[in-house]
Amino acid sequence: MHSFELVKPKTLADAVAALADGAQALSGGQTLLPTMKQRLADPGTLVSLTGIPELQGVCQGDAGIIIGGATPHAVVAREAAKYYPGLAALAGQIGDPAVRNRGTIGGSIANNDPSACYPAAVLGSGATIVTNTREIAADDYFLGMFETALEEGEIVTAVKFPVPQKAAYAKFVQPASRFALVGAFVAQFADGVRVAITGASNNGVFRWPEAEAALSASFTPEALKGLTLPADDMIADLHGSAEYRAHLCGVMTKRAVMAAG
Amino acid sequence: MTKTSMTVNGKAVSAETEGRTLLSAYLREGLGLTGTHIGCDTSQCGACVVHVDGKAVKSCSVFAQDVEGADVTTIEGMANADGSLGTIQQAFQDHHGLQCGFCTPGMVMSSAALLAENPTPTEAEVRHYLEGNICRCTGYHNIVKAVMAASGQAVPAE
Ligand SMILES: Cc1cc2nc3c(=O)[nH]c(=O)nc-3n(C[C@H](O)[C@H](O)[C@H](O)COP(=O)(O)OP(=O)(O)OC[C@H]3O[C@@H](n4cnc5c(N)ncnc54)[C@H](O)[C@@H]3O)c2cc1C
Ligand code: FES
Ligand code: FES
Repeated sequence: MHSFELVKPKTLADAVAALADGAQALSGGQTLLPTMKQRLADPGTLVSLTGIPELQGVCQGDAGIIIGGATPHAVVAREAAKYYPGLAALAGQIGDPAVRNRGTIGGSIANNDPSACYPAAVLGSGATIVTNTREIAADDYFLGMFETALEEGEIVTAVKFPVPQKAAYAKFVQPASRFALVGAFVAQFADGVRVAITGASNNGVFRWPEAEAALSASFTPEALKGLTLPADDMIADLHGSAEYRAHLCGVMTKRAVMAAG
Repeated sequence: MTKTSMTVNGKAVSAETEGRTLLSAYLREGLGLTGTHIGCDTSQCGACVVHVDGKAVKSCSVFAQDVEGADVTTIEGMANADGSLGTIQQAFQDHHGLQCGFCTPGMVMSSAALLAENPTPTEAEVRHYLEGNICRCTGYHNIVKAVMAASGQAVPAE
């Protein structure tokens, strides 16, 4: 790994100031450390977000729950369970216990890995990403594989989730990486159903409008009968072909609906 | 280089670090605590698991300076005060939960974190919790038996 300086501010204001001149944020490091070991990232300065109390924790807000940007997956799995069980269950399925003790929601959605779990919950819930400068709707935030609406030096400070009536995540685990080969998040709100798919597309997480319409009419696995997605833009690798992933989108969406009950 | 201090196995310690010094290197090279093993160095295998403020983490995937001041427990901290094997370690020996022993420090630390959270896990919970700890030798069954035994429960049959 190339050498760099690590700074660990205690307030968000100090972190924002430290990031102003080209430094990079470090949260759980569960993605960034391996990337730096491969010399795919070479920051001169890393600004750790792990010592900032205002970025930690799960709490109830006016319109749902608010999760601090540097909250580890294990904390969300435990503390979000009473407010939003579908989201807590997703957090509890990320990686393994040691990864969940370090990895954070802000790091996950800033990275926007096409096979990551959180992007499906954020898009599938219609959550709002709060940064140090603005609020971004999930529909405007995920711009493609490893791409987001975040500007240079912008920090995810929190994610606000509206709480649906029912929701569940169904993940087909890729056992070597423990990421999703395909994962489907479904959420039923009073005004309709949202469906977000991760792991499948070369463009990262996406919504499936036909499935949303069918499930809004009838929230049952049968409602999805006959619905398919084209394999054109699906990821193809040694773990699964594009056609296989396209097929799994339907299967996992059905399983998510069944799990949501 | 700067001096980074923390508490390791109950003792106040410090060692020289750079920003890029991993917690695993701090423990092994800085403090000579070579019980923490490096299997993959890519966050996949779990051989390097230690506890930071009571939580299991992969020490190859944490910077030492990022956990300055923390309370760290390594495999060297798992033995009893008189030097005899701790309960989990003894159970690994009794149930042949190791062969080459390379994964064992991480297995023991992850098992200890599990039992702290959930003192009487089911066999399925043990298997699920140890998902991030890879063993090339044992085929896992004897590891699961050891953890069940360490929790004072019946050991699953063959
Ligand atoms: C063995 C293993 C298994 C895993 N399995 C899964 C899985 O099943 N599902 C899954 O979704 N993920 C999985 N992950 C990834 C894990 O969830 C990571 O923790 C997560 O993707 C990144 O979060 P982090 O806090 O570690 O971020 P870091 O690694 O610290 O940072 C990642 C990137 O985000 C930037 N960043 C960090 N925080 C912020 C912020 N608040 N604002 C703006 N930018 C920020 C960093 O600069 C960096 O570019 C796995 C990882 C490992 C090692
Ligand atoms: S050496 Fe840390 S996970 Fe393998
Ligand atoms: S005992 Fe050899 S790797 Fe587990």
